[in-house]
Amino acid sequence: MRHGLALVLGLLASAGAMGQADYYDLAPRQVAANTYVLLGAQENFSFENHGAISNTGFIVTDDGVVVIDTGPSRLYGEAMRAAIADVTDQPVVQVYITHAHPDHFLGSNAFEDVPIAALPQTTEAIREIGTDLASNLYNLVGSAMRGTTAVVPTAKADTEHRVAFGAHELELIAARGHTAGDLMVFDHSTGVLFAGDIAFHGRAPTTPNADIAAWHETLAATQQRDFKTLVPGHGPVVEGGEALAQTADYLTWLVQGFEQAAARGASAAEVMFMPLPDRWAALAVEPGEYRRSVSHLYPAIERAALEGDDTP
Amino acid sequence: MRALSLIAGVVFAALLVQSAVVAAAAVPDDPLASSQWRYMARKYFRDAPVVFDERVQVIAPDYAEDSLNTPVQVSAPELEGVEQVLVFADMSPITKVLDYYPIKARPSIGFSFKVQQATPIRAAMRTADGTWHVGGTWVDAQGGGCTAPSVASANPIWETRLGETEARVWPRANGESRLKFRVVHPMDTGLAAGIPEFFITEVAIRDADGETLARVEPYEPVSENPVITLDLDVRGPLTLAGRDNNGNRFEASVAPSGS
Ligand SMILES: [Zn+2]
Repeated sequence: MRHGLALVLGLLASAGAMGQADYYDLAPRQVAANTYVLLGAQENFSFENHGAISNTGFIVTDDGVVVIDTGPSRLYGEAMRAAIADVTDQPVVQVYITHAHPDHFLGSNAFEDVPIAALPQTTEAIREIGTDLASNLYNLVGSAMRGTTAVVPTAKADTEHRVAFGAHELELIAARGHTAGDLMVFDHSTGVLFAGDIAFHGRAPTTPNADIAAWHETLAATQQRDFKTLVPGHGPVVEGGEALAQTADYLTWLVQGFEQAAARGASAAEVMFMPLPDRWAALAVEPGEYRRSVSHLYPAIERAALEGDDTP
Repeated sequence: MRALSLIAGVVFAALLVQSAVVAAAAVPDDPLASSQWRYMARKYFRDAPVVFDERVQVIAPDYAEDSLNTPVQVSAPELEGVEQVLVFADMSPITKVLDYYPIKARPSIGFSFKVQQATPIRAAMRTADGTWHVGGTWVDAQGGGCTAPSVASANPIWETRLGETEARVWPRANGESRLKFRVVHPMDTGLAAGIPEFFITEVAIRDADGETLARVEPYEPVSENPVITLDLDVRGPLTLAGRDNNGNRFEASVAPSGS
C-alpha cells in the first residue's frame, strides 16, 4: 500500500502536462427524456481504459442536473462535468453514489461543490477503506488517477420519500447484496431504473463484498417493479428485466457449482480451472471474474462441506 | 518395506555421486524466465539432475485476488515413483512453501499460500532415480501476503482453538481416496513486526495400523488455517498427527464418508 502511494507521487510529477481529455472520451447517450448514460468498457481495470469500466449517468431537470456515480478518478469526474456541460447549461445540483466500489465513486473530487448522497453503509465503507481503494486503483490504471482521493459522501440518500427535481420524481431504493449498501435510483417520470451493480449485463458480476442470498432477494424484488428501462452498473442499457435475470442466473450457477465442487472434495485451485459453460464463458472478463469469485466465495462453502454440511 | 527403502536409499546416494559429476553445469534454462531460477536450482537441487517436465502440473490464478490465500494445485498423474514434492516461490521472502512426501499417495496436493509479490510458484518432484522434475506458473500480486500479521495474532481468543482439525475423506475409484483437512493455526511468517514465526511443521497421515501414508511439511508461506487436499492410494480410517515449531501437537481421526 505504501509503495503504491510513492508510485502515485512519481506519476503526479511526470504526468502533470496531461489533461482529462487525454484520458477519457466520454460521449453521453440519451436513453430516455433528459436521461443520459456514459457507458464503461466491458473490461477489467487497465492502463488502457484508465479505470472507466462502469456506467455513470445523469438526469437533466429544471432544478439542475442529478448525477448517478462519478466514475473511477478525478479526471473522469472532470470529463463527465464537461460532457454534461455540452448537453445542458443547467448546473449539477445533486450526486448519488450507488456503492463503495472504486470504479463508481472515485470521480467525486470533481463534484465536491455539490451535495453527494449515499447509503450509510456506502459512506462508512468509503470513509474506512476509500484511500486503500484509491491507492490500489493507482497501481492498476496509472497516471489517469492523478489528483484522485476518496471523497466521503456528504449526505444520506433519502430513501423514505420520493425526491423531486423539476418534473422528475426520483425514488431512492436502499438495497444490498452486491455490497452492504447498494443504492438504486428509480426515475418514476421516465421509468428509468439506475440499478448500479445490482445488475450486470453481458459482463460477469463481481463478488468481492457480495452477500449472495441478499443479492438474490434484491434482484427478485427489483424484478417486481414497474420500470421500463434499466441502466446496469456494467454493460448495455436494456428495456425490461433481462439484466436482472441474467445476474440472478449467473449467481445461482456460481454458488451451485461451488457447492457441488465442495461436496466432492475439489480444491480451490481445481475449482478455479473448471471449464465454464458456453453461456457464461461468453460474458466479458471471463474466466477472470469467475476465478476471483472462487477466492471470494469458495473458502466458506469449502469449509461447510468439510464439516459435512452438504450431506442430505 | 524397510529393506526396500534402504535399497532405494543406496541407489539414490549412488546416483547423487554420479550426477554430481555430470549435472553440475546442466541446469536447464527456465521457461518462466525468472531471474532467481539459477539461485533456486543451486539452493534446492545442488548437483542433482533437474528437468522441466510438462507432466508436473501446477495450476494457480495468474493474479492473486487474495494475497493471503492464493490457491495452488500440484499434480502429476503421469509421473511414476515420486518420492518428494517440493513447492517453492522464487520471489517470496521465504522461498520454500511446502514439502510433501506421498508415500502411499499420488504426487498431488492442493493448498493456499501467501504471495508477497509477482513470483513463479513451482513444484519440483523427485523421482526414485534422484531426478527433480519441475513445473510451475507465474502468479502476480499487489503484495503484502507474507509481511501481514495473521488474523489470529490480533485475536488471542483463537489460541484456545489452536490445532483444531477438521477432516473429510471422499472415496475415489480403484480403492483410492481424497483427503481434505483444515487445521486452525496462525501460520505466522515472522516477517510481520513483533510477531515471531509460528507455523505447522509437519502433518503425518496414518492408516489404522499406524503406517504413514503421506507426510506434509508446510513452511511459513502456507496460508493461515491451512486447508490441504491430498490423494491417497488407499481408503479407510485415518489419523492425522501434526506439530508446529513451538512443539504443540495435534491429532485427529477421520473415516471415509458417503459411498
Ligand atoms: Zn461494484
